[in-house]
Amino acid sequence: MDMNQYLSMFIDESNDHLQSLNENMLELENRPDDLGIVQVIFRSAHTLKGMAATMGFEDLSSLTHQMENVLDLVRNEKLKMQDFIFDTLFQSLDALQSMVQDITQGGEGKEDVSSIVASLQAIVRGDIAPSVSGQGNAGKTGEKTSTGTGSAIQLDEFQYSVLEQSITEGHKVMYIEVAVREDCQLKAARAYLVFDLLERYGEIVKSHPSVQEIEQEQFDRSFSLYYITQKEAAELQSMIMNLSEIESAQVALLDHEMLSQVDSGSREAAAVLEVAEPAAKDAKAATNGKPGKSEEHKGSARPSAGAAPSRTIRVDIDRLDVLMNLFSELLIDRSRLEQLAYEVKRSDLTETVEHMSRVSSDLQNIVLKLRMVQIDSVFNRFPRMIRDLAKSLDKKIDLVIVGAETELDRTVIDEIGDPLVHLLRNAVDHGVESLEERIAAGKPETGTVQLRAFHSGNHVFIEIEDDGHGIDRDKVLAKALKNGVVTESEAKALTDEQVFMLLFAPGFSTAEVISDISGRGVGLDVVKTKIESLSGVVSVESKLGRGTKFSVQLPLTLSIISAMLIKVGSEKYAIPLSSIVETGLIRREQIRNVHGYTMIPYRDSHIPLMSLSELFDVRDFDEKSEEETEIVVVRKGDRLAALTVEDFIGQNEIVIKNLGKYLPIIQGVAGATILGDGQVALIIDPNAFIK
Amino acid sequence: MGEEIKVIVFKLGHEEYGIEVDKVQTIERMMPITRVPKTFSFVKGVINLRGVVIPVIDLRGRFGLPEAEHSDQTRIIIVAANEMEVGFIVDSANDVIDLNSDSIDTPPDVVGGVKAKYLQGVARISDERLLVMLNLSEVLNRSEIIQLESLEG
Repeated sequence: MDMNQYLSMFIDESNDHLQSLNENMLELENRPDDLGIVQVIFRSAHTLKGMAATMGFEDLSSLTHQMENVLDLVRNEKLKMQDFIFDTLFQSLDALQSMVQDITQGGEGKEDVSSIVASLQAIVRGDIAPSVSGQGNAGKTGEKTSTGTGSAIQLDEFQYSVLEQSITEGHKVMYIEVAVREDCQLKAARAYLVFDLLERYGEIVKSHPSVQEIEQEQFDRSFSLYYITQKEAAELQSMIMNLSEIESAQVALLDHEMLSQVDSGSREAAAVLEVAEPAAKDAKAATNGKPGKSEEHKGSARPSAGAAPSRTIRVDIDRLDVLMNLFSELLIDRSRLEQLAYEVKRSDLTETVEHMSRVSSDLQNIVLKLRMVQIDSVFNRFPRMIRDLAKSLDKKIDLVIVGAETELDRTVIDEIGDPLVHLLRNAVDHGVESLEERIAAGKPETGTVQLRAFHSGNHVFIEIEDDGHGIDRDKVLAKALKNGVVTESEAKALTDEQVFMLLFAPGFSTAEVISDISGRGVGLDVVKTKIESLSGVVSVESKLGRGTKFSVQLPLTLSIISAMLIKVGSEKYAIPLSSIVETGLIRREQIRNVHGYTMIPYRDSHIPLMSLSELFDVRDFDEKSEEETEIVVVRKGDRLAALTVEDFIGQNEIVIKNLGKYLPIIQGVAGATILGDGQVALIIDPNAFIK
Repeated sequence: MGEEIKVIVFKLGHEEYGIEVDKVQTIERMMPITRVPKTFSFVKGVINLRGVVIPVIDLRGRFGLPEAEHSDQTRIIIVAANEMEVGFIVDSANDVIDLNSDSIDTPPDVVGGVKAKYLQGVARISDERLLVMLNLSEVLNRSEIIQLESLEG
């Protein structure tokens, strides 16, 4: 069957499930006794396994299967969550994520997960934390199973003595290794036949994997066991080989000497394991004391978590783009109709066109909303990232997310992830101090990183604020001087804010030690470039010793904007309303010449005045001949400038189109739009004129 | 044995040029062009072609030939190549011919003032008719014009 048509659905849903797994795991880490969360996690893992198996992604489904086994034990209160289990499960999630990533990119989702699988299996066997099974397995150190080496299975003292005694009494003790055929469909059934056969002629002392695991098909292809019988080795071997779908059977007769060798070998292996797991033991000791009874009432506390059915459908983003383009065409026609109706001056036509305009603006709102995505889809991966980062840096950090429901255009959402990751890593690595420093500074041990998103006007603001040590002006300056970003004399004149903005200069990294987490020298200039390419602005505020706040300002949407249409000579231009402060008139005599710049007085200060006809070499208009000139005051951040134009045409919703790939980037032109009369008008980018 | 190709024939001055028909999207009469400031002199601006903004260049200017007044014969040929859409202003365009690719010879160094690297070859249609085939990807090569501009400027 052709699965391709389901692939994108599979990828989407897998990502959703992985996300919910991640979130719930984090939640569970905070409340390890809440079985309700475990249920949710289990369901997600189970669904994921089913989907992966259906789609034929074997590795994916087998890894989720192993996770499920662990979760199942937890769910049934046979296993208590502890740090080691969390870490392994998180590792598994990471592996799953990278597999899904691989599938997204057209791969087959294959990855070597044997080590993770091994540790998951070890957890299921109770090897990591024998105490959690509640059976008091104390002293059974010998039962630690070495994983994946294929060496002899290990025996505990009791089993060892049973075997030894059997040899003394003249029974034959054998070590049997059986492998089923690779194409075997029912491995468990075949294994059962082997066990059944053997049990007819003797006694199985110990098998690896355990009988229970073998019944659940949790073994690769082979299993091994210790066996006491009266039969001959060769006879047994041929009997096993006579069973169908058995590939090989090795039967080795053991004597006293060999047995003691096996035993000492297993003890050494156990010792190694012992050393490797002190952390697990500590954790175990810590969780040992907790009673299991608190789990019941907590389990019911969040019964509906993650189960709320959402009334949504998935739509291919390309289709939305097509819809958007078609709608743009409609907008252009609308403007054209409005103009025609105005010229024709027939009241019923005008009315109809007006009604159509109203309907189409409603439609515009809806079409734009369709493309809006909650920023949560970017934010939701951050808690996990911060947790891992903080762990690896030995810091304690609380990530507080505010406004995750804020909506942004899909195109912006897709691009904003990386810069935010960068800024967050920055805050965790460079911002928040180490534990000792924080204590010395009299701050709480746990640092706080706040991630806020909110709407304001036509923009969305995203702020990342930490309560760390802030930016050291002198350090930044010293570095900037060293790297030649500024000169000594310039440096003295800079305001704090300007100094902080130096952080965004190319090749700037203030961390003294280059760490794995941030500060690879590519630093913040990449962030700045990215955000600016999204027509956004990034700024930074900082108080030494108190913390740093980065704020990112982004436009709500990138495809339809409100603009002021203006006329210069025979040419029409559009200026985005978002950068216009006001429009006005100036008289010729108000214009001053200062250091070769033309300035005009504006609200108690002077701002530069620029002639649009000069900037764009417009031939058929020159404001110098006018006694009074129309100006548009535009701003970039705090800085203002005035542009002279010939006439204002009016305000309009315009659809941004690019100028085609052939033309190089033109300074001051942000794109083009099509006016109601079918003409193309260029969109002015006033930011380019304000230095 | 070469393959048969269809070629759009257009004129710059007295010379006849050809572009393979599958590279040509449409041929339009002259229409209002919005000037784009601060760009190459041969870029005449942008047009609205059924909702898509397309840059238009004067092919005469592109080849360094003197620009001519537009007449009612003047056409804009919209070509698509190298993932770009560009309009060429030409003196006239009114013929489509079949051509065997074997009949295309390597071009001489200069044909009618146009450098050989912009040309793919010269096809002899009849005794007195020569057709110059354009090398579109070279004509649309942006890196070259950027260099050109910086030399001039």
